[in-house]
Amino acid sequence: MTTTQAAATAEDGIEEISHDRLLAALSAGAAPKRPGAIANSFTYGWRSLLKIKHVPEQLFDVTAFPILFTLLFTFLFGGALAGSPTEYLQFLLPGILVQTTVFITMYTGLTLATDIDKGMFDRFRSLPIWQPSPLVGAMLGDVVRFALACAMVLIVGVILGFRPPGAVQGVLAGVVLILIFCFAVAWIWILIGLTVRSPNSVMALSMIVLFPLTFASNTFVDPATMPSWLQAFVNINPITYLVSAVRAFCNGEFATYDVTVVLIISVALVAIFGPLSMIRYRRR
Amino acid sequence: MSHQSELAIEADGLVKTFGDNRAVDGVSLAIPRGTVYGVLGPNGAGKTTTIRMLATLLRPNGGFAKVGGFDVATEADKVRSVMTLAGQFASVDEDLTGTENLVLLARLYGFSRKGSKDRSAQLLEAFGLTAAADRQVKNYSGGMRRRIDIAASLVVVPEIVFLDEPTTGLDPRSRNQVWDIVRALVSDGATVLLTTQYLEEADQLARRIAVIDTGKVLAEGTPGELKASVGTGVLHIRLAQQEQRVTAEHLLTSRLGVVVEPSSDPFQVAARISDPLLANRGISELHEANIELVSFSMGQPTLDEVFLALTGKDTEHSTAQSEASS
Ligand SMILES: Nc1ncnc2c1ncn2[C@@H]1O[C@H](COP(=O)(O)OP(=O)(O)O)[C@@H](O)[C@H]1O
Ligand SMILES: [Mg+2]
Repeated sequence: MTTTQAAATAEDGIEEISHDRLLAALSAGAAPKRPGAIANSFTYGWRSLLKIKHVPEQLFDVTAFPILFTLLFTFLFGGALAGSPTEYLQFLLPGILVQTTVFITMYTGLTLATDIDKGMFDRFRSLPIWQPSPLVGAMLGDVVRFALACAMVLIVGVILGFRPPGAVQGVLAGVVLILIFCFAVAWIWILIGLTVRSPNSVMALSMIVLFPLTFASNTFVDPATMPSWLQAFVNINPITYLVSAVRAFCNGEFATYDVTVVLIISVALVAIFGPLSMIRYRRR
Repeated sequence: MSHQSELAIEADGLVKTFGDNRAVDGVSLAIPRGTVYGVLGPNGAGKTTTIRMLATLLRPNGGFAKVGGFDVATEADKVRSVMTLAGQFASVDEDLTGTENLVLLARLYGFSRKGSKDRSAQLLEAFGLTAAADRQVKNYSGGMRRRIDIAASLVVVPEIVFLDEPTTGLDPRSRNQVWDIVRALVSDGATVLLTTQYLEEADQLARRIAVIDTGKVLAEGTPGELKASVGTGVLHIRLAQQEQRVTAEHLLTSRLGVVVEPSSDPFQVAARISDPLLANRGISELHEANIELVSFSMGQPTLDEVFLALTGKDTEHSTAQSEASS
């Protein structure tokens, strides 16, 4: 008994609790005026940004692979596929940009499942706040995360010699389209995160969906070179439309059809998965 | 009107089932304002599930409950504004620092930027965490971790505080600190519903106790009433050798005709005796039979014995508890 107490004191060596301070702090605990839905959502967005600050690995994890691919494909196959590595880079980089960001959307579900697993959402759901604000706030933070990832890939691209004819406006338009699409895709992971709950299962499930989607697309090579069954899949893959649209933006063109398809898919995803997530979230 | 009720929390026949498992099976509670109420039960008894229903995190399958005068099923938002919870669940963010966690919650409650920093600093100081304010919570020790959890639930101090096993797994010193916090909360006027597996804890803190197991309330009352329901007096005997326990128990039942209570401590014999003369005779009988005693005392039954008598089974913790208190 005596020994355990001594050990405990030595172990954490923290300040004693003062009864007077405790009472003062408790009696100063009156609630201020209740904030609105938007203020609450932005506070949760701020939390997401803090998490990027404290756990920056989550950005590097997902950007490391695409950067590796960029280097590998550009220098290994660039010559064979497009005549020269720099020429291939002009074709590849918009696709890598899409792939990276779409992959990062997975973290939306992962973060959510981790929060639920750790009991964060029990705290959030017991607060007198606008109930969807943790989800909306997380999405706001995620859009910043997506934008950071895009910036990292673009910087690497420019260093390697990516010189898009569409210039800054073209690339920015492409990034905005990617952010819209990823915001929509993230709602899928929100629903999965709320339903599956174990962070590892969410990760596994997202991988199963995202790997075929991002690789069986027109990111790396022209689908015309693929077997017909694969071509069929690539041609209905939303990622293909997004890559085509972004590629066109980078070339200073506007691919009306591809952009329209991407926007319609994005709206549909939010319209389906947004309400489903809310229903799942409210159920208790 | 019901808002003015004397009861901070009332529950009537609460039921929660998970598949076939009736985790909470008809729990009724009436908890007066401004007191600590203890819900005592072993692991899996249904304590957490009960609190989750009262805190609007789970919808009951049956029964009804009011918290602060508001119905948990139909007035969830109002319930959320009169209560807070901490403990086994309702965690803080381990990736963030102590300050960031408290500022986050303060902002959610509507404190200004500066107001939330001030409130956070004040709470960290009151909870003895100032030195750890800018450290990520994942680097906190167990006791600090529990205090930041409780501090996070008291950014705004509402009428009603749920504490789910706030001391489970803590060393004695950290546990005493949590007890101080609970006492301070009540002297500040709050109503505290505290769940625990430790009988000593409920006895120390709670005005009234509900003993629950397998989702049902087995007994309810003040610590004194619960003890009295098991028997008016008990002779506690501590043996030098545990092998002599069976002989000692047999001797007491056969010679004095008294009831021996089951005990989770192998060195302990507890006989229901309220007459000191009879107790005296018991001690002499044991002495004559060459049974070596370390100590003996007359008194009320401990809550350990209350629990054993009520549930007829041992709790994992009652052994540790009697070790700790000896
Ligand atoms: N979300 C859940 N799903 C299924 N069963 C659960 C869930 N939560 C609790 N239980 C079960 O309900 C019973 C009571 O659990 P709980 O309320 O956590 O007990 P305590 O807090 O007293 O240890 C246990 O049998 C537990 O396994
Ligand atoms: Mg529990």
